[in-house]
Amino acid sequence: MAAQILVIGIGNLYRGDDGAGIIAARELKSRTCRQVRILELAGEGAALMDAWHAQDGAQPMVILIDAISSGAAPGTIFRLDAGEQPVPVSFFNYSTHAFSLAEAVELARVLGELPPHMIIYGIEGQNYAAGSALSAPVAQALPQLVQQLKREIDEMEASK
Amino acid sequence: MAVAGAVDIAYFPEATSATVKGPYDISLVEGSITTPHDAERIHTVRRLLYCGELIESHTLHVYMLHAPDFLGYPDVIQLAKDFPEVVKRALALKKIGNELVTLLGGREIHPINVRVGGFYRVPTKQELAPLIPKLEWARDAACETAPFTGTLSFPDFEQDYEYVALSHPDEYPFNEGRLVSNRGLDIAIREYEDHFVEEHVKYSNALHSSHKGTGAYFVGPLARYNLNVDKLSPLAQQAAQAAGLGRVCHNPFKSIIVRAVETAYACDEAIRIIKAYEAPPKPAVTVEPHAGTGYGCTEAPRGILYHRYRLDDHGTILDARIVPPTSQNQKIIERDLYHYVTQNLHLSEEQLTRECEQAIRNYDPCISCATHFLKLHIERE
Repeated sequence: MAAQILVIGIGNLYRGDDGAGIIAARELKSRTCRQVRILELAGEGAALMDAWHAQDGAQPMVILIDAISSGAAPGTIFRLDAGEQPVPVSFFNYSTHAFSLAEAVELARVLGELPPHMIIYGIEGQNYAAGSALSAPVAQALPQLVQQLKREIDEMEASK
Repeated sequence: MAVAGAVDIAYFPEATSATVKGPYDISLVEGSITTPHDAERIHTVRRLLYCGELIESHTLHVYMLHAPDFLGYPDVIQLAKDFPEVVKRALALKKIGNELVTLLGGREIHPINVRVGGFYRVPTKQELAPLIPKLEWARDAACETAPFTGTLSFPDFEQDYEYVALSHPDEYPFNEGRLVSNRGLDIAIREYEDHFVEEHVKYSNALHSSHKGTGAYFVGPLARYNLNVDKLSPLAQQAAQAAGLGRVCHNPFKSIIVRAVETAYACDEAIRIIKAYEAPPKPAVTVEPHAGTGYGCTEAPRGILYHRYRLDDHGTILDARIVPPTSQNQKIIERDLYHYVTQNLHLSEEQLTRECEQAIRNYDPCISCATHFLKLHIERE
């Protein structure tokens, strides 16, 4: 059985740009007709590890999307291949005050539970205050992010 | 701090469940506008949500944040290299807490399904039933963990504290009760601000809470345990005994044992609730806004969380006060550090920094997930 493609949008819609990952995942949902599984999660580490855990022995090909806070210009899009490099902890620790994406990826790596294909997209946020609106730079960058994600899915499909 | 406050607000269900005396007597009392039986069933769903939250939070803290300190690892990722099975078990335990919170709260953190008067939707008995075998596994795993935490090496550090926690005649406190202490405090929640005050201190951005006239006080698992141990289920009391925890404990480092015991209790209590569960006929009671003031206090995993809201006739919140547990423990954390450093000046700066971070993590403050957060410099004369 071919590996399933799993897209996980991460964040909190009620915290400004923190919702960017979820919004991007929803955009993909409305524009992707292929057999792609799309999930929305809050970013809690154990839940992420559970979501990408192998089902019936088959490990999914995973794309994660989250807002990040690295100091880059708001709206900047980052792409990381988790198979090739560790995730900088400073990147993905805004959205929860607990055990978050970077720790989940690195812990899964140590435990031998990291899917071999995992691409992480980050979009630099500007405003994480309570409220539901994206900041202008993030809203402007979102279509480009969705385009890139669609290309990424095409490439994953082709590599199956 | 801001993040922790927001998190806890989302969990807070009781904003309108208490009244004040006199002309402001408000009819936001849930019990007065529904049958006591229905209100009790909604109370039970809240209690179940708290069980899930406690399992999530304590498992994270015990295994992933605090155990690495005790065992000499910089973080859980390094710990997992040597003890993969321990970490996998922790993740499985946490997952069950997540499942419970997701089912009741709508998502695994920052629940969105809670509202004034109850919930937007409550689960059916059939939806909850599959959780029973998982919770039984979790209860057994938590009971095995408690003795393990008891074998850790604890600094000799007993202090004289005033412990403050909720207390309830029938249950280990989560969502309601009176505020009590080991020094004779026994007040209704609405009297909180008569007895406790938040102050600015010159050297810090964090507000410090103080018990008027006496100063620092201790909230959280150790306070809850010391004041309510007799309300734990027999199984949780056995777990405490197996871990070598007495009925009273004054060593804050042993909070890790109390968290393990409370995790076992939360699993046990969740099983009891689910087995007896009858879905409330309505997920929430109807609440008509009236001018007045509502008070509430819950036991968050980190300790008591106090809320007070003043409403106008339309239900608009005119002003609010939220006092999270971390700010209530601020003074105690600083006092512990002062005593701990004084006792251990012979250690190297590096060693002492590590042990001070461990001492701060006893309180599971919001910063405790930051593994290396403390800058320490000793000026030796």
